[in-house]
Amino acid sequence: MKNKKFTEGRREFLQQSGAIMVGFSLAPAAFGQQPAPKPALLPGSLNANRMLDSWLRINPNGTVTVFTGKAELGQGILTALAQIAADELDVSYERIEMISADTSRSPNEGMTAGSLSVEQSGTAIRYAAAEARDILLQLAATRLGVTADKLAVGDGMVTVGGAKTTYWDLAQNVNFKREATARIQPKAPARHQVIGKPVKRRDIPKKVTGGSAYVQDMRLPGMVFGRVVRPSSRRAQLESCDEAAVRRMPGVVAVVRDGNFLAVAAEREEQAIKAAYALRDSAKWRESPDLPPQGMALYEHLQKLPSQDSVVNSKVGALAGGGQVSTLEASYTRPYQCHASIGPSCAVAQVKDDKLSVWTHSQGVYPLRQHLARVMRMPEPSVTAIHVEGSGCYGHNGADDVACDAALVARATKGRPVKLQWMREDEFGWEPYGSAMVMKLKARLDERGHVVDWQHDVWSHPHSTRPGGPGSNLLAGSHIANPLSMGTPENSPQPSGAADRNAVPFYEFPNQRIVLHYLPEMPLRTSALRTLGAYANVFALESFIDELAAAAGADPVEFRLRHMQDPRARAVIEAAAQKAGWKPKQKGDGSRGRGFAFAKYKNLAAYVAVIADVEVDRRTGKVQVMKAVAAVDAGLIINPDGVSNQIEGGIIQSTSWTLKEQVKFDRQRVLTQSWADYPILTFPEVPAVEVVLLNHPDERSLGVGEGSQGPTAAAIANAIANATGKRLRDLPFTRERVKAALA
Amino acid sequence: MAITITVNGKPHSVDAAPDTPLLYALRNDLELNGAKFGCGLAQCGACTVIIEGKAVRSCATPLASVAGKAITTIEGLGTSAKPHALQKAFMEEQAAQCGYCANGMIMTAKALLDKNPRPTEAQIKKALAANLCRCGTHNRIVRAIQRAAKEAA
Repeated sequence: MKNKKFTEGRREFLQQSGAIMVGFSLAPAAFGQQPAPKPALLPGSLNANRMLDSWLRINPNGTVTVFTGKAELGQGILTALAQIAADELDVSYERIEMISADTSRSPNEGMTAGSLSVEQSGTAIRYAAAEARDILLQLAATRLGVTADKLAVGDGMVTVGGAKTTYWDLAQNVNFKREATARIQPKAPARHQVIGKPVKRRDIPKKVTGGSAYVQDMRLPGMVFGRVVRPSSRRAQLESCDEAAVRRMPGVVAVVRDGNFLAVAAEREEQAIKAAYALRDSAKWRESPDLPPQGMALYEHLQKLPSQDSVVNSKVGALAGGGQVSTLEASYTRPYQCHASIGPSCAVAQVKDDKLSVWTHSQGVYPLRQHLARVMRMPEPSVTAIHVEGSGCYGHNGADDVACDAALVARATKGRPVKLQWMREDEFGWEPYGSAMVMKLKARLDERGHVVDWQHDVWSHPHSTRPGGPGSNLLAGSHIANPLSMGTPENSPQPSGAADRNAVPFYEFPNQRIVLHYLPEMPLRTSALRTLGAYANVFALESFIDELAAAAGADPVEFRLRHMQDPRARAVIEAAAQKAGWKPKQKGDGSRGRGFAFAKYKNLAAYVAVIADVEVDRRTGKVQVMKAVAAVDAGLIINPDGVSNQIEGGIIQSTSWTLKEQVKFDRQRVLTQSWADYPILTFPEVPAVEVVLLNHPDERSLGVGEGSQGPTAAAIANAIANATGKRLRDLPFTRERVKAALA
Repeated sequence: MAITITVNGKPHSVDAAPDTPLLYALRNDLELNGAKFGCGLAQCGACTVIIEGKAVRSCATPLASVAGKAITTIEGLGTSAKPHALQKAFMEEQAAQCGYCANGMIMTAKALLDKNPRPTEAQIKKALAANLCRCGTHNRIVRAIQRAAKEAA
């Protein structure tokens, strides 16, 4: 009786996928058929996945299956999407079952990233469900011999007078194998029953009772355990290792050596770990010191690297009409930082009959499949990638890479599935980091205390090296004997940007110039860490705003409002100030202080203002954030508790980044190996958090998952400056740094 | 070599080396999902179980050292249908995002509440100081533990 839950789940999956093969149709473009000339633009992800039956299915047993290409990452997305489907279909929330991110049966929605899932998948499901409801009502009208406008519908029961039918009766005859038109308007917010309610998350009960909730919990019949042995440093070349000795160790099923890729599989997990450590200890590597310098020298180094420079935004308007003009300049830095998932990345892979199946917590199963197929030299249709939750990822962690490791090992286990989890040092040592960055800001103030021009220069490595595009972005793909190189990473253009995300001020300045110095070569691989460049750019921009306000003798909140036209931004700024009882020009007392910051994430998503209260221990340099108050406008709110949870979590995670976190390395090796080398915020250090939601039911939903991190960093910096009079511009604000600044 | 361990009141014979971390016996031999691998170094708390009343890191506990001792895992507390007060409180407070750390939080809290049924907020935070959460659900976790304590009183 091996893993009852998962074997059953798998059987059910196979049965279901068999059924779906008949009914599931991909968008015409996916098969390269001639698309109709200029297809109409459809809302959200409906545009790229145009068939109604790729989004939902009505089942005769009284349930509705909703398909999404987005994945549950612990952000509660499947709950929010089910709420949307329930409301638009007029069925109870409990009837909705969600199928997510599976290359054999879900729509292709690319990555679950960028705080876009409600906007993209939610919008598609809203329109698809509204249209499905309309089709069902037309069918019901015919059956009941009335016109559709006479029908009433509640929880899938369609009634007129004494006559009735149900969605479940109609299920056999309804045909959703047709292109969506988006001509049926979703419900007006006043008619929402489930949207806007703090519906409880579907995934939490199993997570707190030892249920099978994560890919780490999967068990397949005959499964073995894999572990990987990474090179001793980034570009190290394997000279030798004792594979034969490791093969003789208890339980060892396979030792894989392919170029610089080393891994093992064993019957038992602890045997795999012992074997991997033995293999590691036997390996001899040729390596050279090619990592950048540490400490402040890193930031000088970044500015000297070959860069692609571009003006990402500029505005030329009226200059100040004479009088005194003062100029301010400041530089800010951010180190390499980790995703630092609590559970190291994990995947299950099986190679059988020339087909590869991978169970993965990747944020993008379709792009992963493409790159896996290349590394494995298999045709893409022979690879299936199925999302199963992992530990929280906060961006591009080891999820995709470990799937590739598991696949390479599964080739050597004669059809037996392999569960491969990274060790803690694999995750810290090899996950793609959030890029180190330098931000240089310069602005001029006129004599009335208005900004007349603004310049922001940012130096940064790439913020997305996820799978997708040419070559392979999978770590092991570059280690195998026949390696695939990574495509040249590109910076996403404005308005969302990547390295330059939120470098463009949302304030109204008459003149501005934003320059990106993009550093495509990465001595340490970097990729998407929650918010991409926005965390550091908002930290710099909103710190600098406070420095300018101080130079102008203005209150920080009033100074922001002075330069802000957008009414929703003003409302959020004012709401935070009111909730926290902001007192204009209140001075700190030497150790306690308060700071303000605001951003509209990507200048496109949620509006968030944060006020932080800090207490600085001048003797030890320890900064304690006592409390944070946030005001949020996320447009139409699907699940208010879900929004609050994301904002609270973002504030706490950002407090951790801001006070404590940096990757350590020397010229040869990454030195961050365990939590002892990478401390994060602990319970006694966590601030109290209060969140005010400004609901705008008539506005479209805006992503919140990345809204609070940038403002939190700046609010803390501003609070420390308010408390002590010292401006900290280099992240993180460790005790040593704070102590040195106050000395 | 077979070692007998007593988990959630039942004896189990595990055929593994004596230095095998208890975590792998629980997860792979007993097929209990609750205790999680987080670091293998007793630094994060995801693998926490209760052994003779104490919250213990199963990733750094050799199997042979716990033979004959009473081991409780989160599965021994309650189920989705019949949850323990702490599990219920975590559901009520929505005290998780990814939830990977939740096992350690609940088991550490269980050991705390068994000794101190009405802890202060500061005592809860102190008890959880070596349990890491990355999603930032700390305040919800503290509220859940307070709720469970109140309901048990």
